[in-house]
Amino acid sequence: MDESTKHLNELLAKHKAGILKPADRYEIPPQAMPAQDAIARRSNVSEVATGYTETQARLEALRCLGCKNAPCVAGCPVKIRIKDFIAPIVEGDFKKALDIIRENSLLPAVCGRVCPQEVQCQLPCTVGKKFKDVDKSVSIGRLERFVADWGRKNHDKTNPKIAPSTGKKVAVIGSGPGGIVVATDVRRAGHDVTVFEAFHKTGGVMVYGIPEFRLPKAIVREEIEQLKNMGVKIVCNFVVGRTRTIKELIEEDGFDAVYVGVGAGLPQFMGIEGEHLVGVYSANEYLTRANLMRAYDFGKGADTPIAMSKRVAVVGGGNVAMDSARTAVRLGAEKVYLIYRRSEKEMPARVEEVHHAKEEGIEFHLLRNPKRIIGDSGGVVCAIECLKYELGEPDASGRRRPVPIQGSEFQIEVDTVIIAIGNSANPLIGQTTNGLELNKWGNIVVDEKCKTSLDGVYAGGDIVLGAATVILAMGQGRTAAAAINEYLTGK
Amino acid sequence: MVDVAAPLVAAAAKPGQFVIVCLSTDYSERIPLTIAGLDTQKGSIRLIWQAVGKSTAELANLKVGDTVENILGPLGKPTHIEKFGTVVCVGGGIGNAPLLPIARGMKEAGNKVISILGARNKELLILEDDFKAVSDEVIIVTDDGSYGRKALVTEPLEEICKGASKPNLAVAIGPGVMMKFCCATTKKYNVPTVVSLNTIMIDGTGMCGGCRVEVGGQTKFVCVDGPEFDGHLVNFDLMMKRMNAYKQLEKQAMENYEQHKCRLKDIGTEAQKNSKF
Repeated sequence: MDESTKHLNELLAKHKAGILKPADRYEIPPQAMPAQDAIARRSNVSEVATGYTETQARLEALRCLGCKNAPCVAGCPVKIRIKDFIAPIVEGDFKKALDIIRENSLLPAVCGRVCPQEVQCQLPCTVGKKFKDVDKSVSIGRLERFVADWGRKNHDKTNPKIAPSTGKKVAVIGSGPGGIVVATDVRRAGHDVTVFEAFHKTGGVMVYGIPEFRLPKAIVREEIEQLKNMGVKIVCNFVVGRTRTIKELIEEDGFDAVYVGVGAGLPQFMGIEGEHLVGVYSANEYLTRANLMRAYDFGKGADTPIAMSKRVAVVGGGNVAMDSARTAVRLGAEKVYLIYRRSEKEMPARVEEVHHAKEEGIEFHLLRNPKRIIGDSGGVVCAIECLKYELGEPDASGRRRPVPIQGSEFQIEVDTVIIAIGNSANPLIGQTTNGLELNKWGNIVVDEKCKTSLDGVYAGGDIVLGAATVILAMGQGRTAAAAINEYLTGK
Repeated sequence: MVDVAAPLVAAAAKPGQFVIVCLSTDYSERIPLTIAGLDTQKGSIRLIWQAVGKSTAELANLKVGDTVENILGPLGKPTHIEKFGTVVCVGGGIGNAPLLPIARGMKEAGNKVISILGARNKELLILEDDFKAVSDEVIIVTDDGSYGRKALVTEPLEEICKGASKPNLAVAIGPGVMMKFCCATTKKYNVPTVVSLNTIMIDGTGMCGGCRVEVGGQTKFVCVDGPEFDGHLVNFDLMMKRMNAYKQLEKQAMENYEQHKCRLKDIGTEAQKNSKF
């Protein structure tokens, strides 16, 4: 018996005897996430974080104090009963834990991996507060993932009960995380659901954007299969606004309600010299080529090419920037630089992703921002010129504003530049849907029930929030689905 | 050329729009192809392309009854068609295909349509008869003089522009360099000119930004802002450089494909030799 198993057994004995005090729980070391070796993973696309062992999961679960007021739940966009699912993990009853999570979350295997728990459920955790360190909070996300993976391994699938057919038809536009949630919840209520996807593969950002090494595609495929088993119809290669408009879906095709979850829109560029050079990508393009089109298999089956980069600069400090940089490493780049105009503290990326990126050898150039991209005579990128920055007064976002230092220009030799500074709203739906209210950035305006200015039309996720996360899209999906079900009951 | 059954696309498509074709879901590229015609009764669209790379070559190998796994569309904004007066339609090479529905639309809207069709040689000239049916006048030019005038399309274009009845609009579709010089020509005579761009794309819905071009100093996306733009504002030099981004890799893919095909052929011949019948 190894040390940690012995430790676990001792703790379990105390726990069963009812003598495990909070002080004892504080003493249990936070369980580190096992991960693939940093050097080895530079040349494969397999998942980096490999998941807790059963012993680790139960030890981590024992760290939870089971607070009466459960501050963690307030931080969860879908309000999972956190301490209630953690308690059965201690007992080894993973099935019960999974069932409790499923009451509120439909995609635990996804959320356990990609949710920013450190700013959600784990931020208000009493254990983290005690140590004044959010990294020492109970690892709720890792436990969620452990339970979800246990379910996948043991083929524990839910067979959601579906109410008798209502004869009402609902169109879900986009098969990303929000669309999946809406489709599931609305189908459960007995409505006939069709999901429309513009790409030739389903899953939205979970398939084209988030890389395999962070979220294996198999998980997303299982979720889509589940939808199909529930009787949800899925139509790929269908772009609403062009193939059919929302108006046509409602007036001619007989849909009673529509959910718009079309996701990230147009990639933003910086408007600097050289952005049209060959070798300059938006992160969306780079990641789509690599993930969806499997450019990492170019010449080995896949037909979509991607730059054979040796030296890459990624501009931005969010998760998408980290994904791009880490993808470039896996595609064979020797040097990958991450250029961000603020300091590490202001980076929107998850701490875990920043940590993994550094482990994989990505060089961070903080408080730097590109001024122009320089090309050779053939119009191909050969260098990026940056300015050094310092932090000034806080801006509207509350973060200290980066201020350029005049005359501090310097150049880095690169052959590829990936711009990961966000997206603006896709205009297609707005342009083709009369009466749909948009805000000044082109995002769809919704009320607290995710209803748009048009009756029967609901929206959520990035097209409403701007750049958001998988879990926020799912949270809005939940809200919208409830509203759609209510709307259709009255109809 | 193929006619593909795609009833939803056919029902919605208008002149100037395009589709994205992806031959097989797992590994194929997504390639933009302009819609050259449609049959709303049959629910089919007509695609015309030149086999220059692996994916277009594969597409060319399809036989009647084969399936294209994915077609997305119609994409892009339709051509703005109204009665302008005289419209000159200039097509180069495969550009004649997307130009045809526009010429037809312009004719139906009551315009006088003059079509200038250019090709490297007689063999490569396409859709001559179709253009004759929808134009008041058709001028053919070839680079080698094997058919029609030995000239570039810009020669007759310039003659028309400086003639007595200056055209009200020019539409030019073809290789980048051809559109660039057409625009340089019409600009001299202040003839508004529309061009249709066919840059490298992935999703075709605005998400990737790979198709971006500089128009009037601003970044525009061909898939959602275009594919048609004011030709006098397009930065063609930048566009042409971007379109060469994957030349080397495309060549490699094509060579691999050719070798693979040859191997298949060898196996086929071998099998025939061994066959007793």
